[in-house]
Amino acid sequence: MSAFGPELAPGSRRGAAAMAGAAPRGRSLWDDALRRLMRNRAAVASLIVLALLLVAAAIGPYLAAYPYDQVNKNDVWVGPLTGDHLLGTDSLGRDLLARLLIGLRVSLAVGVVATFVSLVIGVIWGATAGYLGGRVDELMMRIVDILYSLPYIFFVILLMVTFGRNFILMFVAIGAVEWLTMARIVRGQTLSLKQKEFVEAARAAGVSGSAIVARHVVPNLLGPVVVYVTLTIPGVILAESFLSFLGLGVQEPLTSLGVLIANGALEMELAPWLLVFPSIVMVVTLMCFNFIGDGLRDAIDPKDR
Amino acid sequence: MEQGASARVDLGVGRGQREPPMLSFLLRRLLVAVPTLFLVVTVAFFMMRAAPGSPFQGERKLTPEIEKAVNAKYGLDRPLPVQYVSYLGDALRGDLGPSLKYRDKTVADIIAQGFPKSVAIGLAAIVGAILIGVGLGVAAALRQNRPADYVATTVAILGVCIPSFVTAPLLVLLFASTLGWLPTAGWGGVRNLILPVVVLALPQIAIISRLTRAGMIEVLSSNYVRTARSKGLSERRIVLHHALRGAILPLVSYLGPAVAGLITGSLVVEQIFNLPGLGKYFVISALQRDYTVVMGVVILYAALILALNLVSDVLYAVLDPRVKLT
Repeated sequence: MSAFGPELAPGSRRGAAAMAGAAPRGRSLWDDALRRLMRNRAAVASLIVLALLLVAAAIGPYLAAYPYDQVNKNDVWVGPLTGDHLLGTDSLGRDLLARLLIGLRVSLAVGVVATFVSLVIGVIWGATAGYLGGRVDELMMRIVDILYSLPYIFFVILLMVTFGRNFILMFVAIGAVEWLTMARIVRGQTLSLKQKEFVEAARAAGVSGSAIVARHVVPNLLGPVVVYVTLTIPGVILAESFLSFLGLGVQEPLTSLGVLIANGALEMELAPWLLVFPSIVMVVTLMCFNFIGDGLRDAIDPKDR
Repeated sequence: MEQGASARVDLGVGRGQREPPMLSFLLRRLLVAVPTLFLVVTVAFFMMRAAPGSPFQGERKLTPEIEKAVNAKYGLDRPLPVQYVSYLGDALRGDLGPSLKYRDKTVADIIAQGFPKSVAIGLAAIVGAILIGVGLGVAAALRQNRPADYVATTVAILGVCIPSFVTAPLLVLLFASTLGWLPTAGWGGVRNLILPVVVLALPQIAIISRLTRAGMIEVLSSNYVRTARSKGLSERRIVLHHALRGAILPLVSYLGPAVAGLITGSLVVEQIFNLPGLGKYFVISALQRDYTVVMGVVILYAALILALNLVSDVLYAVLDPRVKLT
């Protein structure tokens, strides 16, 4: 506001004219954040690498020289850079590069979808509890407390055992576990936001409670939520890989980074490349998300300036 | 990622309290713990029973009569709600029942066999992680933006980003298969435990060094450290006696989540290194529908996590008088 100076206050005629014209845009919170993020070299590099990985996962499988599930009994355990296989083949003669691309796609998809599930549940739950406050808040957050102290990994394992290795179910199960922290973060933010003048103004203007939450509270939660989302995605990818490692993840011939690593570990003495390449892709992916998440947190959180 | 700590720092004006805060805090936490455990038992019970298959299928086909007799022996022929109530009753009295898969063994036997091994690995890992993590964190904080700091930061990032199921096979490949210094798998001497403990400790080292570094940097610029400095105390004494105490406080509240992380980690580690710990029993039992063993392990770990979260919150409040228990 102060960027416009007192004589250009919105509402004054001159101010309105100046703002309608090509007035210099003030630096918004997000402009600032973006600038700070762009100065963080690790985060920028991670953004670039992650973009490349996303493109590879999206279109790579269509460009790969072999289908990911094509078995070739003549080319079993071909080493990398020999023959036509850039990264070698596995025990069934399937091209590792093609499998890596599809595995990356599955892992990223699980990460994004499950995080989205947790985002939706967490934001609605947290914003409602925080905005309504009082008894409702107490009850809703008690429920979160109780769910928090469950040993999740056991339940996810039980879920997989019970309903079989179902892809969609895995999204839901992991997402349903991850929403708790999101709800806590959102509730805390909402509690402080609802004291702000603009919420009071909206209430005075007769805006309904749900509209206030949707239009005034949730958009202002974006900062911490975005940070947590970037840190949740790698967590979910890890959880999926972990399940795959225990033999409870995606089913063959479909694969994920976790499945590839698990299978690679079984054959590592004969064919180390089956372990090494998926591990590298996995670690690079997780690192990118972590650097971007840390960078975003530094950029958005004004406390650390 | 941060879990547990429901003790919040509250520097505001103290509210009038009618009851002693510690007592009311413990009561509140018990009020949460009881429904939590109840929920754990209930969900685990019905989920396990909803799973297709039964503990007696598999090794060989049973004739219907025998299957019926076996089911009757373990009370599995009764209606599900009846089984549930009777299980609850038994569990309350501390009787977790017989294993359905390991003949002549009770769930308590299996826990007594596997749990100490899991605890031994977990304890070794956490003790090692605290020593190394705190050391790294302090070194990094004292030499900010110098080589030691970069080393510590790199270790912290790698520890968080490289999952245990990647480090484990890679370390086995290097130290066991290639160099032949350590055994690849199995339970035996101390040498068998080096790799599993290292794998379990690495992510914890990362998190602990991060927490310590942040805490140390904050404490080093605080007034009481400045006071100590102006009194002319040696740097060594300031760091060890004054700063470190304040800096490692956040670690105490990390205790609960750390244990949860160790349990998850040990599931993988026991699988990879073929260690007869409780995690391995759990996965096998879940796959073989050994209902009672699965239930027993879940209850044990849920209670453990609840108890340790409580202990760490209480410890935190005792060590830091600014903290109000809520």
